[in-house]
Amino acid sequence: MRLDQKLIADMIAPNSRVLDIGSGDGSLIEHLFRTRNCDARGIEIDMAEVTRAVAHGLPVMHGDADSDLAHYPDGAFDYVVLSRTLQAVERPREVLRQMLRIGTRAIVSFPNFGHWQLRWQLLLRGRMPMTDTWSTGWYETPNIHPCTIRDFVSLCGSEGYAIQSWLAVDDKGGRSPWRRSIQMANLFGEQALFLLHRKDFGVGASGDTSTCQPIAHPAGSAQASRSSRLLDVAEAADEAG
Amino acid sequence: MDQPTVLAETIHRLVLLPQGLTLDCGVHLAPLEIALCSYGTLNRAADNAILVCHALTGDQYAAEPHPVTGKPGWWSRMVGSGLPIDTDRYFVLCMNVLGGCMGSTGPRSPRPGSGDGSTEPHISMPWGTDFPPITIRDMVRAQRLVIAELGIERLFAVIGGSMGGMQVLQWAATYPELVFAAVPIATAPFHSAQNIAFNEVSRQAIFADPDWQGGRYWADGRVPARGLAVARMMAHITYLSEEALTRKFGRRLRRDPYNAEAPLALFGEMFEVESYLRHQGSSFVRRFDANSYLTITRAMDYFDIAADHDGDLAVAFRNTNTRFCVISFSSDWLFPTAQSRAVARALNRAAANVSFVEIDSDKGHDAFLLDEPALDRTIRGFLAGAAEHAGLEQRPRSHAASAGQA
Repeated sequence: MRLDQKLIADMIAPNSRVLDIGSGDGSLIEHLFRTRNCDARGIEIDMAEVTRAVAHGLPVMHGDADSDLAHYPDGAFDYVVLSRTLQAVERPREVLRQMLRIGTRAIVSFPNFGHWQLRWQLLLRGRMPMTDTWSTGWYETPNIHPCTIRDFVSLCGSEGYAIQSWLAVDDKGGRSPWRRSIQMANLFGEQALFLLHRKDFGVGASGDTSTCQPIAHPAGSAQASRSSRLLDVAEAADEAG
Repeated sequence: MDQPTVLAETIHRLVLLPQGLTLDCGVHLAPLEIALCSYGTLNRAADNAILVCHALTGDQYAAEPHPVTGKPGWWSRMVGSGLPIDTDRYFVLCMNVLGGCMGSTGPRSPRPGSGDGSTEPHISMPWGTDFPPITIRDMVRAQRLVIAELGIERLFAVIGGSMGGMQVLQWAATYPELVFAAVPIATAPFHSAQNIAFNEVSRQAIFADPDWQGGRYWADGRVPARGLAVARMMAHITYLSEEALTRKFGRRLRRDPYNAEAPLALFGEMFEVESYLRHQGSSFVRRFDANSYLTITRAMDYFDIAADHDGDLAVAFRNTNTRFCVISFSSDWLFPTAQSRAVARALNRAAANVSFVEIDSDKGHDAFLLDEPALDRTIRGFLAGAAEHAGLEQRPRSHAASAGQA
């Protein structure tokens, strides 16, 4: 399992109902089933991956984030996961709305277009940046909706989503020193991970605090849990602004 | 067309249901006989049973040589020891559908109390076209009675393609608590107008055969072989794809073997595809009854699960705990992927646990019967995953039960 998937798994409470959009070979849903007894299901657009996952005994259906989420009922899942896919969907805002309609919480990760290397390359060369994370040419990239961490925080604010926790990490998901400042994270984080819920949904007030875990980073959990915190959108937006 | 020998009176393994069944049409049909085959062993907990449902022209001989044709069972590449539906692990049942002609009660069965003219009341006449109309749900209800008779409280899985897939969906909708896992393959939630149209052409071909005699062809021992063969030829085209036909036959010609010396005439030569279809037609009439064909095609036409639930397919599967694996084939134009996707989406609306795979194949609708490694992998893996969730033991320990005597 990829390290960023491990980070996502650590956000998910045991025995939850989970939908993983873009589930690939299904390693996250298998991990959630085996280690957390979750009812985890997947949607995947690549048919070869779907067949592989189903042949592995995992509940995965062929479909995509843009057209298939509308068919799930409200609140069908505790968590809906969209990992490194938001930038590739046709209508990211609508996909987020659907995620937080069918799920109590959404976990979204995406590569950060605000990373300093991208800014530097664009400034210096005047060409579309190419990095390990952003590695396909502009004319053939599936990433049609790139955004920065601040862009995403701003969208959450205008859509009324509360950011329960967030994390900026490098491409492998391995390093995350920028936990306090969205601005620093936006400059130095190669990818970002957000745990969201709707503002009108009273997380905590319902006594459902067990699922509001701080993000425990595998490589430094003591420091991570000390610095992780709930971040309100308004606060985040202030910091970002 | 030559008259084939009338369907041999083969001995089938039967389950007798004396209580019978009240059909959707209101007729109470009793007693009922359902012919079946089984493979593998029912374990002590009786929780490893898989029901395999056959398609329109299939029968219960899924994994053993057919008693009439001598050919391997229609799914012998799927059901067996070490195969995707592994008989070392699962107890596999396949029943001839109600209305069929391989031993289950159907139009060929003697009609109770139908003496040929009152002088000899113990001699019963076949039902023929007086056999009541059957629905897919009637077929499933009859299967349900057999399952209970065999002491199976819950099926681990119900699996089938085409009309077999309709039965799978009907099982899941009618008896959700009895079906742990469901695998509807190359099927649809209702029979489309196009498919009803094809069925109607098939039926008209049978009606047009003078030997059909209004359905009372059994009276003089002839069968509407020509009509039934044409019906089969036409239907068979719909089971294939243009690509598969091109690959198999192209435009290749062969000389008419019966007229090899004849000068070139309009039909002096035959395209290989014509020869193939004629063979399909003539071999079919040796194992299938025309009135059964009429009854079963009609049952398919009536099939519309959503219609029983205010037109909403999701309602049919509301609160289901069944695990679904919906499978379609990219080149199937008779039951296209869009119809399977509609099933998968309805199951999503019902918050059901559903896997959905479209298998890339150029073999058309019949792909589910043919060598498709991706289909094998999908079914094997889905069943393994479902077995884990069902808490099925790895190997059946008991060899005590061998169900199905009648």
